[in-house]
Amino acid sequence: MSARRTYVRPMEGWWTRNPFFMKYMAREATAVIVYLYGLLLTWGIVSLGNGEAAFNGWLAWLKSPLGIVFQLVSLAVFAYHTWSWFVIMPKTMPPVKVGGKRLSNAAITGTGIAVAIVMSLAAFVLAGRLS
Amino acid sequence: MKRSNAPIYWSLFGAGGVISALIGPGVVAALMMDKVHYSGALALSHNFVGKLFLFVVASLFLWHAAHRIFHTIHDFGVKPGVGSWLLCYGVALGATIVAASALLRIGF
Repeated sequence: MSARRTYVRPMEGWWTRNPFFMKYMAREATAVIVYLYGLLLTWGIVSLGNGEAAFNGWLAWLKSPLGIVFQLVSLAVFAYHTWSWFVIMPKTMPPVKVGGKRLSNAAITGTGIAVAIVMSLAAFVLAGRLS
Repeated sequence: MKRSNAPIYWSLFGAGGVISALIGPGVVAALMMDKVHYSGALALSHNFVGKLFLFVVASLFLWHAAHRIFHTIHDFGVKPGVGSWLLCYGVALGATIVAASALLRIGF
């Protein structure tokens, strides 16, 4: 049987053709940094279990040029993840009614981001107070 | 009928997404600005809640990212298979086990 050469619409670069898909891909791409950061934290936990010298080696990597660049990128990406996560939250959760009126998307997103700012600041401050 | 295991992946994705959105920037900033030292980290890991916190943060970041990457590479034509499963969920599972055993070894 000879193969029929029917036209197949090329899918190459489909997501670059529409700003909506670009935003979708930017949001999904944050996962690559979250993945690497999760591995970095796992390495830190293992180092902590291996004693002070191992843990200080891990901290030294964080201060290395590559470590600093990675963390600067991570900070920006995590901030974007926080923002994009709460922007899509109204679409992923069941509708919430307050006083008979449906809670607006902006209220849900705003509340989420405000809570994230408070909790991130708390994590930052508490980390500095560990002794 | 066989029960789908999709909700497990999906819940881990959601939980990791929420926790990384809420405290991710704070954790990254704290480590970047040299706020964490051995004595403090060790004290945190000796505390039951602190231990749980360290475990949950590292592990759920990975489960969240694994699920997202697994489905996004499908959009680029990588069909779900053993290789992509291992790269995503396999690594998350491995890191979860490694982190849990390290934290248990540290003791309470």
